[in-house]
Formats: sequence, C-alpha cells, structure tokens
Amino acid sequence: VIPKRAIRFRLNGIERQVEIEDQVVLLDMVREMGFVGAKRSCDMQVCGTCTLLLEGRPVSACTTLALEADGRSVETVEGLTNDRTAAPGNEASALHPLQQAFIDNFAFQCGYCTPGMIVAAKALLDEHPAPSEEQVRHWMEGNICRCTGYQSIVDAILDAAQRAPVSV
Amino acid sequence: MSAHRVVGTPAKRADGIAKVTGGARYAVDLTVPGMAHAIVVRSTRAHAKIVSITRDAAERSPGVLKVITGDDLVAAGWTPYYGHVVLDHPVLAIERVRYHGEPVALVVGETLLDAAEGADLVEIEYEDLPSVIDADEALAEGAPILHERRGERVGDEGMDQGEGEVVGNVCAFARVEWGDVEAAFARAHLVVEGEYRYPMLYGYAMEPYNALAFFDQGDLVVYSTAQHVYMVRRDLARMFDLSLARVRVSAPYVGGGYGTKSYTKIEGACAMAAALTGRPVKLVLSVEEAMLTTRSDASHIRARTAFDKDGMILARDFDIVLNSGAYTDNSPLVNSKTANRCFGPYRIPALRVVSRSVFTNTVPASSLRGFGAPQGNIGGELQMDEGAAKLGIDPLELRLRNLVAPGEVFLPGKRPLDADLKEDLRCLAMSLGWPGEGALTVGFGVSASDAGAYPTSTAALRIHADNSVTVFTGSTELGQGSRTVLSQIVAEELGLPLDRVGLVGGDTGVVTYERTTGASRTTTVTGRAVQEACRDARRRVRELAAEVFKVAATDVADTPAGVRVDGTDLSYGEVIERWFGAGGEVLGHGAVRKADGFAQMPPFYEIGCSGVALSIDRETGVVRIEKLATVGDVGFAINPALVHGQDLGAATMGMGAALREELIYEGDQLVNSNVVDYRVPRFGDQPHAIDLMLAERRDGAGPFGAKGAGEGAGNTIGSSVAAAIGRAIGVFPHELPATPERVWRLLRDRDERARR
Repeated sequence: VIPKRAIRFRLNGIERQVEIEDQVVLLDMVREMGFVGAKRSCDMQVCGTCTLLLEGRPVSACTTLALEADGRSVETVEGLTNDRTAAPGNEASALHPLQQAFIDNFAFQCGYCTPGMIVAAKALLDEHPAPSEEQVRHWMEGNICRCTGYQSIVDAILDAAQRAPVSV
Repeated sequence: MSAHRVVGTPAKRADGIAKVTGGARYAVDLTVPGMAHAIVVRSTRAHAKIVSITRDAAERSPGVLKVITGDDLVAAGWTPYYGHVVLDHPVLAIERVRYHGEPVALVVGETLLDAAEGADLVEIEYEDLPSVIDADEALAEGAPILHERRGERVGDEGMDQGEGEVVGNVCAFARVEWGDVEAAFARAHLVVEGEYRYPMLYGYAMEPYNALAFFDQGDLVVYSTAQHVYMVRRDLARMFDLSLARVRVSAPYVGGGYGTKSYTKIEGACAMAAALTGRPVKLVLSVEEAMLTTRSDASHIRARTAFDKDGMILARDFDIVLNSGAYTDNSPLVNSKTANRCFGPYRIPALRVVSRSVFTNTVPASSLRGFGAPQGNIGGELQMDEGAAKLGIDPLELRLRNLVAPGEVFLPGKRPLDADLKEDLRCLAMSLGWPGEGALTVGFGVSASDAGAYPTSTAALRIHADNSVTVFTGSTELGQGSRTVLSQIVAEELGLPLDRVGLVGGDTGVVTYERTTGASRTTTVTGRAVQEACRDARRRVRELAAEVFKVAATDVADTPAGVRVDGTDLSYGEVIERWFGAGGEVLGHGAVRKADGFAQMPPFYEIGCSGVALSIDRETGVVRIEKLATVGDVGFAINPALVHGQDLGAATMGMGAALREELIYEGDQLVNSNVVDYRVPRFGDQPHAIDLMLAERRDGAGPFGAKGAGEGAGNTIGSSVAAAIGRAIGVFPHELPATPERVWRLLRDRDERARR
C-alpha cells in the first residue's frame, strides 16, 4: 500500500487540501479534481500541453510531483476566466484578454494544446507585459501546436499584450 | 461583389469559448462511474510465433480484473480483426506478431496503476521468425512473407486493379498507363532519371489514441478520438456481429486528426475488454504507443521523365514502392493515390506508373494528410526542376508550358480540372520573389489531387419555433472548423444570424450518416448535404404555410428568412406555431450521392501550390525556411480565416517532413518513438514571412463554388524545399527530410567530386 500525505495549496485562488500518493504528478492531481483543461501529450516535458502555473511560474505538470504544490499556488486555464457567474450565452464577457485574443486571431484549431499555450502565454505577459515578437517566439518554444503553424498564436499573444493590462 | 451575408466572411469559430477556457471535453477527458482501465502489453519481437502467454501472476496482482489475449477473442466467437479494405489487422495478435510494438495482450485493472503493475507480470514466450524492415528487401525473392493467407476483402478502396499482382508481400498494386512510353523515351531530347525517397512520418495528433467503451442493454457505446465515426461503427458491428443500430460511436472534441485518426484503431480492443469484464473500460495510449499504432507510408520512387528540346514532357515513367508496414489498413488507397498524384497535372502524352504497397515488419501505415500526394510529388515535381536546370529553361516557364488548363481532362475518365493552375503558379512565383534574391533560393511546386472523397453524405436540421436551428452532421470537428463552416452555410441559406445556428456532430447515435471526415470533403460534400437539408426544411415550411392559409403550395413564396403568403411575411417560427397550435418544429433532411454535381469522380481536385525561400548554412548543413507562400485554390472561401489556418497548418506539416521528421528503424526497432527524438516544427522553426493567398474562382462543385482545402498546401512543400536546396548548392537532394547531416554530405560529396 502506498502511503498518502495531506497537502494544502491554492488552486485557482481557492484553498484546497487533498491526500495524495507520493508518485502522483501534478497533472493527474488537478485533472482528477475536475480541472481537465491541461492535457497530457508527450509526457516528457517537451510539448507544453500540460503547462500549469506553480507559484506563478509555468511548469510541465506531467513531470512535476503533486507534492511540490504543497503550500503553493496552482493556476490552470480554468482559473483565467474572470467571472464564473457570466450568464449563459454571454460567456465571452468573462474571458481573459488572452482567451479573447486567441479567439479573435484564430489561434487554435483542434484546441488540445490551447490551455497550455494560454497558460504559458499568461506567464510571459506577467513577466513581460509588452513582449517583442522575438520574445514571444522564444518564450513559447516549449509549447507544440500541430494544427496552426504558430503564426496566429504569436499574433494572439501580441494582440493580448496590446489590449489590456493583464490581470492576475 | 458578393451578395452573401455570412459565407465568405471570417466568422469566429463556433467552438472558440469552449477551447480557450478548458471547457472543451475530449474523449480522453471522459469518465463514467465504475470505469476500469486497460493497458496494452506489446510485442518485443518484430516477427515471431507466440509460443505461450503466461498470465497467472498478472491475474493474481491486486486490482487486476482480467488479462485478455487474442485467443480469448477467438474463443468468444467474435471477429477479432479489423480493416476497411482487408480484414487482416488483429485486435490483439493471434498466434503471431508481425511488428515490434504490436498489441499482444490487454490488462484490465481497477486503476491504471493496477493495470500497469499487472502488465509487467505478463510473460510471453516467442519463437522468432525472419523479419524484413525495408520494403525493397520485402519484395526480393526469399524474403520472409508476412501474410501467407490474406484476410477477407471487405472494401474496394485502392484494390480495384491488379489483383494478380497482389502476391508475396505486395499489399496492393496500382497501374496508370497510356501512350507508347518506350517510343517517347527513344526520341527524347533529354531524359531525367533518379531515385527519390519520402520518409515514414508520424502525424502526432496531440491527443493520443484513446477510447471509452461500455455496453448498455447489450448495445455497444464507444467514445473515441476518431475521425470516421461511421466507419468505426461498421467495424465494431462486424466484430461483435451486432446490427448497426446497436452500435453507437461518438467523437466529442477531437485533439488533432490529420488522417491519423481515420478508420478504426483501438476501439475494438477497448470494447472487447468491456465485453469480457462487464465494466466500462477506458484505454488511453501514450504518445510512444500511438507511434506504434499508425504512421504514414514511406515512398521509394524510381522515376524518368522525357522532355523535348522546348521542355515539353513527352513521357513519364514511375516505379514506386511504398513501405506499408505489417497490416493493410488504408495503404491500398494511399498506394493508388500515390500512383495518380506522382506525375502532376501536366499534359503527358505517354505515361506509365506502377506502384506497389508492401508489407514489412514495421508499424502499420495508413492515412496522413495528403495521402499519396507528398509521397509521389517528391519525384514528379523535383524532376521538373532537374529537367529545367539541364535544359536551361526557367522552371516556372517549364511548368507553365506543360500544365493543363482549366476544364481539361488529365486523368482519363475523371472530372476535368476545376482550377487555374497557371495563374495560381504565377501568383506564387511573384510572392516568393522568383528567381530569388540575395542568399535566398526559391523552390515551388504544384499538385492536383483527385480527392478520395466518395460523395455519400447526409445532413439534417431542425428549425425551432423561435427561428433558431440545430444542424446534425456525421462530420467530425477535428479543428478544421467544420462546425463553423457548416453553420455559416445554414445561416446563409436560411437567412438567419449565425448565432441562431447550433450544431451537433460526430455521434452515430444522434446524427445522420456521413461516410468519413477525410480527404478534405466536409465543406464540399457535407456542405452540399447541409444546403439540401436547408432547402428541404424551407419546402416543408412552405407546405405548412399552405395548409395554415388554405392556399396552394405554389402560392407560398420564400423570403430571406421565412415565407410570404398573400402579401404577409411570416418567419419560419410563426408558420410552425400556427400549424401546430403551440410549439413544434420543422425537420429538413439532405442527401448527396454520386450523382448530379458529384456524378463524376473526384468531387473536386485538391490543389497544391506552395513554395519556399530558404537559406543554407554551408558549414553545418542547416536549412532555414525564411519565407513560405501558399495559394489556396479553394473555389470560394466560406470562411477565409479558417482556410488560411488549414493552409498554414498543412504547409507546416510539410516543412516538418521536408527538414526534420522521420521515423527511424535501427534493426527491428523504431528508435525514435518519442517527441524528443522525433522532432516536429516549433515556434522558432517557422518562417518569419508567410504569405497565404486565396484563389476564388467559384469553380468547385461544393456550396457557392467551394472545394476542399486542408491538405494541398503541404503536398508540394517537400519537393519545393528540395528544389530550393538544389538551386542553392547545385545538387538536388533526392531524400527527405533534408536534415543538416544529409545536406552537409551533399555539399561534401559535391566538393570532393570537384576536387577529383
């Protein structure tokens, strides 16, 4: 029997306590808690679909132990939407500027990589609110998209940086 | 110029909010109560008899529900094989394994960890058989034979000719031939001759293959990340001897397809595990396992082209060998498409193409974006560049002299060309700055693929009493934007705002029949079915209005968003409510088949007209694509932004194959089955200059003159890159990808030849 430990952390701003086995990775923990926006793909820290923010910094949740979240904050794509009470049919009003910019710039197709892209881009804009195109490409190098050919994603991130002060 | 309101505009994606908020649910995200988890135990041999499988220890392992082998499937009386052309792909290996990584057993556990620990305890004893990895070696006399007895033929795709040639390890055979080839070569001014290779590729849809299966009162329900839900339904019905009505296959949001999720993959294994355990079973492959499930056919082409002194093609001659892996899957169709896509949309007085798809002890090959076109194009298009260089004729001019004109037949018995390739190519060359500037060299190419989209398609829609509409389509949203495009067509036809149109797709229990979601068919073929459904619903509304107002149906006229009776305008909803008294709805059904506008195959040609400008580091052999240009000859772009997305996406996949991507076998094993060693394009690899052009001449058979997009832009990238490298260094690479090592070797060999 694998022992479990209790950990406490803030998930999208809400204090949580869970019991977790040592070997469980952060990605599986948050997905089992219902936050399935982050996806598993390469499972070896190169594709970025599982990107989450741990204490504000982007991590590959597929290769980060859940235990590392203890006492820290975890943010997922679901946490970016400002207003959870947005009325049905008016969900767009609650979108983060990055989310809106991804829609406006057609910065996704299948959408599987999109939560990871948006979370990675949020970390970029938090650190560099007005990045150059080169900075965007460099920062996003750890995220793979197989559908778009990337240019629309670069455009979306630059667009989001222009739009609004990015709120945390 | 356009009189349209909704089509022809870059309407925002219908799935946008779901996809940016993490709300979109993919098959991999789904769970049901009581669900068990399965793990695949894979062959560690390339070709071997299975002597024994010992599962006692695994079955005693905590949390393991069952260990399942091929014998169990046979004993259950099921059909433990799948394949839409030949029924030869075992759900789990039966008596024998034919490639390293083939599924041999399935371990079902209460948790994934339980299943994984059980899987480690399954012991398989093998007796090795001689194996063959290379397709040319597989054709040689004395090569080990993979399929002494062939599986049952259940489809005709790509198998409609050359039955007699399907012997030994030949999986499928195609021949295209006209004119006196030998006589033409005998009088040629120039013969260009060479061998070309296009690599084995992995499409890397980022959501790996996964499925969730359970039985509901004996009916089978499967959620899967599948493109062709109706094809999977047919395979599953056959496996369990169930009627089609009792199998439901549903594809929710799908995380990438590109052809890699065409046809059945792991759904059968998952469903059989559910049947044998009585539990809902979820099976999720890792990316490494996905790479062991399906790849694309690799090509080896021996080609000759005969030119006269003015650069006119006199004859072309292709001998093509495809490495198709261990089972048939879709390789016969890829093979037949390679055969008629390799020589290009040129006027060719004499032609001979022989193409053979060959079994080897490697991962089974099947569809991947453009299937057959990029594999053949590397030979056909590159020989145009090599011929031009030898003749001293501009390669653009050489192509313009030989290209077929709009309306001209270039494949006997097929639809005449529905595109203006000369104009497309002129636009492309101008955009690329042909003949190149500074250190940049330019390469470009054209192709016209006879879309393999058999035009069987249906759609339905319900007009609700509040004048909103729900559309039902069997086409799957893979990211290509079909929800958006089909909704735009409906909004246009019915005169409604786009946000009044909802769409349900990809669930055989709910939506109407669609043959496949592939071959770039949805806009053209499904779009026409949707258009017919709109017209059927309008007809029905007119009938109801005639009954309500007691007039002849001919006295009821259509208006943009309803009907007019006796000078009074009524919306659809008003007619519906008046006819029913309260509530109600109108149903419309549309069907298209191989008749009327689609009587002649193909339903459209998918045009490839793309090129690059690139630079080469002569010290390291590293090639950098600085500019990409594509011409999307799509007839009419119902949503131009989505077409741009498809064109850049397809071209990006082409650039990956041209420069980096290749599945590599060392000995019997695939050695780079992970995303580190199999390197796909990243942000930093993209050209900084991208020009995506559209040619809209309303010359397609689809709605508003549209035709398919999504594959063509990638088809000519391989040959374009090779041509540009050739012009830069004076030696044309004949093998892709043009990795730094290959380019460096070409340079070194060239310099050594010069010294001698």
